[in-house]
Amino acid sequence: MGFRFLGTGSAVPAKILTNDDLSTMVETSDEWITTRVGVRERHIAVTETTASLAETAARRALEQSGVTPAELDLILCATITADNICPTCAGAVQQAIGASCPAFDISSACSGFIFALETAAGFFARGQVKKALVIGAERISKLLDWTDRSTCVIFGDGAGAAVLEASEEDSYLVSELHTAGGSDVIHIPAYQGQSPFRQIPEGERPPVIFMAGQETFKFAVNAMVGHIRSMAEKIGKTPEELDFIVPHQANTRIIDFAAKKLNLPAEKFIVNIQKYGNTAAASVPSALDEANRSGRIKRGDLVAMVAFGGGLSSAGALVRW
Amino acid sequence: MTTFEKIRAIIADKSGEDEENITPETEYTDLGIDSLTIVEILMDIEDEFGVTVEAANAGKTVGDLVAKVEEEAK
Repeated sequence: MGFRFLGTGSAVPAKILTNDDLSTMVETSDEWITTRVGVRERHIAVTETTASLAETAARRALEQSGVTPAELDLILCATITADNICPTCAGAVQQAIGASCPAFDISSACSGFIFALETAAGFFARGQVKKALVIGAERISKLLDWTDRSTCVIFGDGAGAAVLEASEEDSYLVSELHTAGGSDVIHIPAYQGQSPFRQIPEGERPPVIFMAGQETFKFAVNAMVGHIRSMAEKIGKTPEELDFIVPHQANTRIIDFAAKKLNLPAEKFIVNIQKYGNTAAASVPSALDEANRSGRIKRGDLVAMVAFGGGLSSAGALVRW
Repeated sequence: MTTFEKIRAIIADKSGEDEENITPETEYTDLGIDSLTIVEILMDIEDEFGVTVEAANAGKTVGDLVAKVEEEAK
């Protein structure tokens, strides 16, 4: 048994932080951020939580799908910024919307939503579920060093969600997951606790995002180009024959360079980083929702989602929308 | 084409500078090349020459890069 996409939803916090706002906090400028990252503004949580953003995105996806919470058989949430270790973000959404199915979180940083789709695909393949809600949600602002101008200008908070339904005709054509474990390039240490017995290792990093920009850029471009080429090939197509690419919204420079290497026109890429920044696991489902709701992506289109990030991890999912 | 000419063509494409204005002594900063553009240049070099040069080893000038690529290609 396969699955198809019934509907999508997304949500962002109310507060908008512009590049000019950031210029008053760290030494940067609108020109520097737009030319190097491509972000003009991002939404930052003030009272919103990761779970409240996830809930809003989930409700919108359910509404568009015509599915009630009681019908759900599974809720997955990809996140690295759950409000609690437990309950999970997926569990918080389950309670908030009044569902009663199993719910758990998946952690694979910016690739998390596709790792979650793949997990859901396993449940569908075993006939375990008929309807599943898959969410990517982040309050990444809590992991930022707001004095580090090289990282705090990149990210934003948000959530995206999709409702999936079991289907004999499988929309999920190809998937690829990749992990290259290591903390040299991207590292976000967890809170290490207050044990009076623990000896703090020399050079321990604080619990905020560390990212080696040049290495991240190279990994990201190679991942995007590699997944798109190989997924297209697996269904006997060329990248040009794909209708749309929904890339992780990390940096427009990554998307532009990958497009150039693939020799694909910019119009094929769904890009909304200008308005939201990099929202980690929320970025792919949010961009997918925007493209779905605007009617840019239509039923029957070949859509390649591709993501990369901390882990290091990368993933691709080629779907027939 | 020599290694310099090939690398000059890549750098001209990335920086938008005319090839005739790029010499071995030209520094990346003279061309407005930022840290990510350096990586783009090195990835294009990897495609062209099949050699990997890390950004930390790219030096300051076009000549530094040519010398590094020739050394790696040996």
